[in-house]
Amino acid sequence: MRKTGKRVIPGFGLSMGITLAILSCVVLIPLASLVIFTSRLGFGEFIQTITRARVLSSFYVSFITALAASLINAVMGLILAWVLVRYEFPGKRIMDGMIELPFALPTAVAGISLTSLTADNGLVGSFFARFGIKIAYTRIGITIALVFIGIPFVVRAVQPVLEKLDGTYEEAARVLGAKPGMIFRKVIFPELMPALLTGTGLAFGRCIGEYGSVVFIAGNKPYYTEIAPLMIMSELQEYDYASATAIALVMIIASFLILFGINVLQARNNRKIMGGEA
Amino acid sequence: MENQKKQSPVIKGLLIGISVLFLFIMLILPLYVVITESLRKGLSFYLEAITDEYTVKALQLTLEATVIALICNTIFGLFAAWAITRFRFRGKKILTTLIDIPVTVSPIIAGLIYILVFGKQSFLYPYLQSLGIKIVFAVPGIVLATIFVTFPFVSRELIPVLEARGTDEEEAAALMGAKGLTIFRKITFPHIKWAFLYGVVLCTARAMGEFGAVSVLSGHLRGKTNTLPLHIEILFNEFQYVPAFAVSSLLVIMAVILLIIRSIIEYRGKKER
Repeated sequence: MRKTGKRVIPGFGLSMGITLAILSCVVLIPLASLVIFTSRLGFGEFIQTITRARVLSSFYVSFITALAASLINAVMGLILAWVLVRYEFPGKRIMDGMIELPFALPTAVAGISLTSLTADNGLVGSFFARFGIKIAYTRIGITIALVFIGIPFVVRAVQPVLEKLDGTYEEAARVLGAKPGMIFRKVIFPELMPALLTGTGLAFGRCIGEYGSVVFIAGNKPYYTEIAPLMIMSELQEYDYASATAIALVMIIASFLILFGINVLQARNNRKIMGGEA
Repeated sequence: MENQKKQSPVIKGLLIGISVLFLFIMLILPLYVVITESLRKGLSFYLEAITDEYTVKALQLTLEATVIALICNTIFGLFAAWAITRFRFRGKKILTTLIDIPVTVSPIIAGLIYILVFGKQSFLYPYLQSLGIKIVFAVPGIVLATIFVTFPFVSRELIPVLEARGTDEEEAAALMGAKGLTIFRKITFPHIKWAFLYGVVLCTARAMGEFGAVSVLSGHLRGKTNTLPLHIEILFNEFQYVPAFAVSSLLVIMAVILLIIRSIIEYRGKKER
C-alpha cells in the first residue's frame, strides 16, 4: 500500500494506521486467540464436545426458535414496512420511531419485562393460560423474545426499498387490468424479496446469538429451553474453556455462513436499487 | 399520493390494525410492565431502590464503560470511514468485513474471546499478573467488551454517506492547498454531521445496555464489576422483582431519551439533504 501520486487527499497513512491499530487490538488479536486456542484442541475432542446430546439439543433449540421468530418477523416486518411507507394515518411518526425500540432497549430489560408479561400470572400470560398455553419458560417464550429483538432489522431493510419503488410498473399493471393482489404478488413482491431476505437474514443471525433477553424468559431447562449461547456460558462458569471454545466455533461458522449469504443477497439488492434509479 | 386513493380501505384498515396490535403487544406492553411493576410498592420504595448504593455504583460503571466505548469507537469510526471512503486500496472489502465482525458474533462469544486472550490459560496472563493488571472479571474487561459489541456503530453510519458523496470536493480542496484537518472540518464533517450523531446515539444505546459480553467478563461483584443490566439480573434472580424493575426503568428512560434524540436527528438530517 504505497502512497501513489493519485492520492491528492491527505491523511491516508495516519487514518489507515489508526484504523488498523484499533482494529487489531479490539477485533483481530482476540479473534486470532480463538483460532489459536481451537487449533490446540484435538479434532476428536472437538467433535466429542459438540456432539454431546445436551449441546446438540441446545443447537437445535437455538436454531428452531430463531427460525420461527424470523418467519414471524418476515411477515410482520413486511406488513409494518408497508403500512409505514404506503399509508398516511395519525401517529405514524411515533410508530416509525417506536420500531427502533428493540435496538435501544437493553436486552436484559426486555427479557425481564417480557417474562413477567407472559408468565402465568402476567397480563398476556394469564390470557393464554386459560387455554392451557404456557409462554414464559417454554420455547414459545424464547421465540417471543427473539421476535422482539429481530423486528427492527426486517422493517429497516424493507422500508427504503419500498420507498424507492418506482410507481410506473404498478400503474402499468393496473392499466392492463391486474387486480391489487396480483400487482402485489407479481410486481411489488419480487422487488422487495432481496431486501426482505437480507433483513430476515440479519434478524436470524442476531437471534441465533441472542443471550440477554432469552435467559430470563427461557427458564433454561436442559434439552428443552437451553440455548447454545447459554451452553457456552455454563461451560465458562465451570472453567471448561475448551468446550466453550468448541461450541463457540460452531456458532461462529454458522454466523459467517449467514453473513456470507446476506452479502450475496445485498450485492444483488444494490444492483436492483441502482437499476431502479437509472 | 395517487396510489393511495385506489387502495382498498378494508385492506388498509386491516393492515394498520395488525401493525398497531403487534406493536402494542410487543413494544408498548413491556414498557408498561416495567413502569407498573417498578411503582407497585409506591413511590418511596421506588426512589429507595434507584438510590440504593449498589444501583448508583452500577449506574456509574455503566456510564463509565459507555463513555469510554463511545470515545474509542468515535475515533475509530472517523478514521476508518476516512480511510475507506477517501482512498482506493487493495483489501478494502476484507477490511470492511472485519470491522463488521463484532456485530455478527454472539455477545457471549465476544466475552469468550477476551477471556481467551487475557484469562488464566493465556500466555499473556503471567505478564499481566506481574504488572498487576487485572482485565478479566474486572472493569477493564467490561470496558473492552463494551467497545467490542459497539465497534462498527459509528463507522457503519458514516461510510455509506461518504461513499455516496464521492471525493471531488475534498480533492479540489486538497489541490488548492488545504490541510487534512481543514478539509475534514470545513468540507467533510458538515455533510456527515447527522449520520455521525446518529451513529453516536446508536453506539450509546447499545453500549449502556450490553448484557451478554459484559456478563461473561464481569465477576458479578456487587459495587465493583456490576453494570446496570447485570444488577438487574442479580435482583431478578433473587426474586426482588420490584427493585429489578425500578432499576430497569432507569434504562428505559435512557433508551426513550435516546430514541427521541434519534428521531430528531433523522428528521433534521432529512430536512437538510
